[in-house]
Amino acid sequence: MREAKIHLHPSGPLVALVGNPNCGKTALFNLLTGSHQKVANYAGVTVERKEGKVIQPNGKHLRLLDLPGTYSLYPRSQDERVTCNVLMGQAEGEKRPDVVVCVVDATNLRRNLRLVLAVKRLGLPTVLVLNMSDVAERRGLNIDPQQLSAELGLPVVTSVGVKTGGDEALRAWLAQEPWRQATATAASEFAPSNESSQTTADHQVVQGILQRMGLDQLVPDPLSDRLDRVLLHPVLGQLILVLVLFLVFQAVFSWAEAPMEAIKSMTEWSADQARAWLPNTWWQSLLVDGVIAGAGGVVVFLPQILILFFFILILEESGYLPRAAFLLDRIMGSVGLSGRSFIPLLSSFACAIPGIMATRTIANTRDRMVTILIAPLMTCSARLPVYTLLISAFIPAVRVYGLELQGLVLLALYIAGIVGAMGVAWCLKVMTQAGRQVRPLMMELPSYHLPTVRNVAIGLWQRVQIFMRRVGGIILLLTIALWFLASFPTPPEGATQAAIEYSFAGWLGHALAVVFEPIGFNWQISLALVPGMAAREVAVSALGTVYALSSTGDNTSELLAPIIAHAWSTATALSLLAWFVFAPQCLSTIAAIKRETGGWTMPLVALTYLFALAYVAAFITYRIAVWAGLG
Amino acid sequence: MNLAEAPLNTAWRILKVQPPQEQSDLTQQLEEIGFLPGELVSVLTHGYPGRDPLVVRVGLSTFALRRAEAQAIQLQEKAPHA
Repeated sequence: MREAKIHLHPSGPLVALVGNPNCGKTALFNLLTGSHQKVANYAGVTVERKEGKVIQPNGKHLRLLDLPGTYSLYPRSQDERVTCNVLMGQAEGEKRPDVVVCVVDATNLRRNLRLVLAVKRLGLPTVLVLNMSDVAERRGLNIDPQQLSAELGLPVVTSVGVKTGGDEALRAWLAQEPWRQATATAASEFAPSNESSQTTADHQVVQGILQRMGLDQLVPDPLSDRLDRVLLHPVLGQLILVLVLFLVFQAVFSWAEAPMEAIKSMTEWSADQARAWLPNTWWQSLLVDGVIAGAGGVVVFLPQILILFFFILILEESGYLPRAAFLLDRIMGSVGLSGRSFIPLLSSFACAIPGIMATRTIANTRDRMVTILIAPLMTCSARLPVYTLLISAFIPAVRVYGLELQGLVLLALYIAGIVGAMGVAWCLKVMTQAGRQVRPLMMELPSYHLPTVRNVAIGLWQRVQIFMRRVGGIILLLTIALWFLASFPTPPEGATQAAIEYSFAGWLGHALAVVFEPIGFNWQISLALVPGMAAREVAVSALGTVYALSSTGDNTSELLAPIIAHAWSTATALSLLAWFVFAPQCLSTIAAIKRETGGWTMPLVALTYLFALAYVAAFITYRIAVWAGLG
Repeated sequence: MNLAEAPLNTAWRILKVQPPQEQSDLTQQLEEIGFLPGELVSVLTHGYPGRDPLVVRVGLSTFALRRAEAQAIQLQEKAPHA
């Protein structure tokens, strides 16, 4: 499934925002457009397309396009190609911008102005925005906009992207519409392939300008340097990183508890209402067991995802995230990845789907694919209900060396996932040619900034929208399909066992039981794994159904624990735990992989290797446990 | 002398970017982000263990580079008041 191409405001002039990464372009975009934003994809590529509306004093609006940040107009990554194509009017489904707003970080003209010279060569009407002009002033840089304008032959305005009203000068310039008179030169006169040879010449021009303006001295950011001395310290930096991650995880699990309970009870309430008010027919069951339970089962993870994203956004806005990636680069490098894979993998602890979407920031295709393949191995929160059920039923609540044994088992399961992921990445490194190559890192560590409420709020809102769109689409569809499998054919008159046993899912479960017998699963478990493909935690309620319990939701695991503790051996339980560490029991994740990789190869590879790994892990666990007398 | 060999917190001027033959596209990439002849560079810190990757200041920007990339950056002289 591909997101719809959005042409929301086909009328009105198109303004393109261009700039180096970390020049504050997106903050300025947020300031100019407020909540009038639409996030989608560029046609045919997984590059995020952000368009917004700038309301002008005369009531008309401009379309503003936030192009991916780039250091030059020589396209290297997919992002940069999009920027280049849009500016040349060659991007599919986009018109050539009427005017370019070139944003520069006023504290780093030395690097930023080179892009301005390249943009100028494009021949489009262009305005230069000196962003972060407040920081530059505080650092004692006196930039004369008029002189700069004369040097470059471009209009220059100043802005402060993080302050309300900081975009006034740019708004005023846009409102006058001076570009109406200007004419753009043909895009054919611009050759991106020449851009790479221009760098040195452009640098000399920039140096000349800075010298004449008295700006050629290097004034670094003293605060960032001081912070880096601590945060990037070989020992201290690592300790702080571990502490930060620990606090984030604490927050994800403890803060999310209350809202998750609320969503759960709301789901149950709506299901009860539907049951009470609607006639007892198949479509009532579809609505209650398919739509409400299915959507509710996914939305319940929204609080955790939100909290995790809240922290990721703050860490990103502040400039700490690339530093964390730097600190972890060594470890990731040992298994053939780079520090850039850290952010998607971190997101995957809440849910693999946003994690897989976050791999877009990895420029190297091979690294991106490997990260997508191992993201489902991170212990997502959907595994927790399964883990909790099995641990409470089979692991005695005793203390070992003063530590809770149950907690230790849970920790071991998390570690098993991480070790498994590292192992898979390492195998791919050793086995493939591309894995052994050393790939460049070249990651900018921007100056530290205080995150602003506006930018964090807009970022969070966009992620919620994206996540909910998934729930509305593919996830719901899959849940309904599985509901169908588990409900039809309906049990015959006078049936004595649970309805699911007579259904397609039931037949499948019985057939699977033969396959799963060597790893200690009985037919009830095998059967529960089928609806458990919708989402891992569904396996818990499916087990409840199979063991013919009338309760639903929360109650299930409480009532189920003593039953399975009696019916299964400990070896079977341990085997099932090992299974859930690896098994891709989540069709939504597979759908996300298909969407992000644009084909069936990667999702099929992921399904196959994860199931194989799960089977082998469960087999070994079961055999060892039986041998140890737990069978 | 290349950037990977430079002691911590000393300022140098870049002579040229010259990666090994098989990685010649590194030159453009490094030049684009500011590693240009004549620019001031210094190594601020490195990763642990193995002193890789390096945190490098070039001009006013800070970048994390792998050792292999830093080795491609040839230095000319120690800059004054480093």
